[in-house]
Amino acid sequence: MAETLDLALFVQRRDGTAHMDLAVENVTCAACIRKIESSVKRLPGVVDARLNFTNRRLAIDWHESDLAPADLIAALEDIGYPAHPFQPERAETQEAQHMRWLVKCLAVAGFAAMNIMLLSVSVWSGSDMGQETRDFFHWLSALIALPAAAYAGQPFFQSAWGAIRTRQLNMDVPISLGVILALGMSVVETATHQHHAYFDSAIMLLFFLLCGRALDHAMRRKTRAVAGNLAALKAEFAHRFDGSEVVRVPAAALHTDDRLLVRPGDRVPADGVVLSGTSEIDESLVTGETALRAVGAGALIHAGAVNVSGTLTMRVTAAGTGTLLDEVERLLDKAVTARSRYIRMADRAARLYAPVVHATAAFTLLGWLLAGATAHDSIVTAIAVLIITCPCALALAIPSVQVVASGALFRAGVILNAGDAIERLSEIGTVVFDKTGTLTLPEPRVANAAEIAPDLLERAARLALSSRHPLAAAVAREARERVPFEGATEEPGQGVRALIDGAEGRLGRASFCGIGPRELTEPDASAIAFSHAGQTSLLVVRQTLRPDATETVSALRACGLDLIILSGDRAEAVAPIAAKLGITDARGGLKPAEKIAAIEALRTERRCMLMVGDGINDAPALAAAHASLSPISAADRTQAHADAVFLGERLSPVLETVRIARRARRLMQQNLWLAVIYNAIAVPVAIAGYATPLIAATAMSGSSILVTLNALRVRAGKRAVGTGASPAEITLLPVNPS
Amino acid sequence: MNVLIYLVPMALVLGLTGLAAFLWSLRNGQYEDMDGAALRVLSDDDLAQ
Repeated sequence: MAETLDLALFVQRRDGTAHMDLAVENVTCAACIRKIESSVKRLPGVVDARLNFTNRRLAIDWHESDLAPADLIAALEDIGYPAHPFQPERAETQEAQHMRWLVKCLAVAGFAAMNIMLLSVSVWSGSDMGQETRDFFHWLSALIALPAAAYAGQPFFQSAWGAIRTRQLNMDVPISLGVILALGMSVVETATHQHHAYFDSAIMLLFFLLCGRALDHAMRRKTRAVAGNLAALKAEFAHRFDGSEVVRVPAAALHTDDRLLVRPGDRVPADGVVLSGTSEIDESLVTGETALRAVGAGALIHAGAVNVSGTLTMRVTAAGTGTLLDEVERLLDKAVTARSRYIRMADRAARLYAPVVHATAAFTLLGWLLAGATAHDSIVTAIAVLIITCPCALALAIPSVQVVASGALFRAGVILNAGDAIERLSEIGTVVFDKTGTLTLPEPRVANAAEIAPDLLERAARLALSSRHPLAAAVAREARERVPFEGATEEPGQGVRALIDGAEGRLGRASFCGIGPRELTEPDASAIAFSHAGQTSLLVVRQTLRPDATETVSALRACGLDLIILSGDRAEAVAPIAAKLGITDARGGLKPAEKIAAIEALRTERRCMLMVGDGINDAPALAAAHASLSPISAADRTQAHADAVFLGERLSPVLETVRIARRARRLMQQNLWLAVIYNAIAVPVAIAGYATPLIAATAMSGSSILVTLNALRVRAGKRAVGTGASPAEITLLPVNPS
Repeated sequence: MNVLIYLVPMALVLGLTGLAAFLWSLRNGQYEDMDGAALRVLSDDDLAQ
């Protein structure tokens, strides 16, 4: 049956040329850039090809009449760079625009700060300067500062206005107030020929804060780019069948009522109903259940399940029509609203801080008036208090730590989804694990590999490369040399055979390989037999623990965390895993609602918990928990509700996440205290009326630099251990983890 | 102090030129691929063969 690849979904057309973005694997050096660009440009019809090395994406413009998009991918594959079509998410393009805007604001603020500082230093040091020259310099500063602040202050003014309109208070309110008052007072002072103007402080404040914000944004963009690349790498393709021919289409391009062909070894690409065929499906990614389910015509199947034995045809139905998914969606709606009530540390600090500062300024005004100062002097002093307490250090205290911490997490193979995740991750006291795909590897492995002669296993594994059966796929993962044997033929329902070194090798059912049927002791394991030149062996395939699960679990316990397993799999399947890991509180056979109920029960005991899970049945629990993590192999619907996603086969990123988050929280608190101490020293000076522009400028920049340097200490401490991310995952990262 | 009359505008014009150059480079997409720019300088394919 002819099969064509339809990539129309990813192609954008403008001015007669087509454009496509591809996430490219294995790009490591300068030579790769040239090799990729020159070989793509040699293809007929290609107008331009440019590789972005930072995010490993190739942008191609070409004439569609000369070349099909699938040929471009094939050409890249030929020179050793597998490429995945890529659809930029709207969130990513929006963030790119926002970043450009922030950098523009930063440039304007930087230009203004430098020029005003030039003028201010002259005023400060020129004690013999005449009044006319001083006024001239002040007016010149105003000329630069006012338009610059109006432009560069927009991110703060907009956010503050948004908060005030909803009767909230965030950190941008006191910032905006401080900047506007400082500028307004300085203009009045200049107009009345006074000594002190605070133009430099106001603009410098904006400059520092914009630096913090731009860095924060750059970090978030970087992680989002990686997440986008990984999504492209993982993207599922479906075989759409429209009566006469089978077309391979991206799962994202499927519509309701499309007919699909699902072959053995394929993942079910969308929710739907089986039309014909019988098979067994592995729903471990959906429900956590490791035992296979037999399906036939009329059965509901969910995206994420793996078809094991027979070919199925199915009809796509609207998402969420299955009983399980209905329940999951309903639970998700409830859980998500509960999560959004969390108030971030910075906003909590702002709520405490703003009233205190504004009251202090008011008391200063009243105090000086009562003490007999003129109205002008009292107002100037009160405003000086507001300027000097303008929360520069406070506003940088938390974002600066966040930037450094998300960088550290990134290197440990953890990609953050949510902005406030680090704070929530640091508060946890209990870790709740899902079993299937989280504590265990997402795919089954050969459990008795150590007991089989290595060369026999290698031959079995290389033979398994020629089969699409999921059990064979598990065996194939043991292959060191990933070269299939020539002339291998697959006999449906039996196994695969090929001529190896002159003798026939067979992999498949025990009877196919000439071995008598043997009963397995474990209920959740499957067996596959191999025979070659008189040698036979029985390979036991089953879910195995992640390689470092035991060490990670005991290290987590040593951190003082309570550990719990909540699994959708049968209790008998959960017990041996829990015993091996030493986790006493393990519950199996839980439905999504029961998982949430268990989590709610833990919450009433006032314990913050981290949920680690990958199945669709875990999605509501991930959303309901205080913080959540997912392996990269998790279902898309699940990943969307996790605070962070970790790469690789190992479980250690979970431990690393907890450690980094806790260290980050300590530093955030330290930074907040540094900001408080700074204020405790600076405020009395300002109340007493000694806060000259020079003192304001030094104090502000000093405190900002101090908190930023302190934030860098997140990186100190033990280096992250290897992530165990697969080579494909690593080469798709914009920065290679070192 | 008369020197200020042309020194100050000169300083401002120089500063604004720098700002304009930066904004132009930003719009031109020169900050889109910072790592790639560092590597592209090593390739010689712009030389006449």
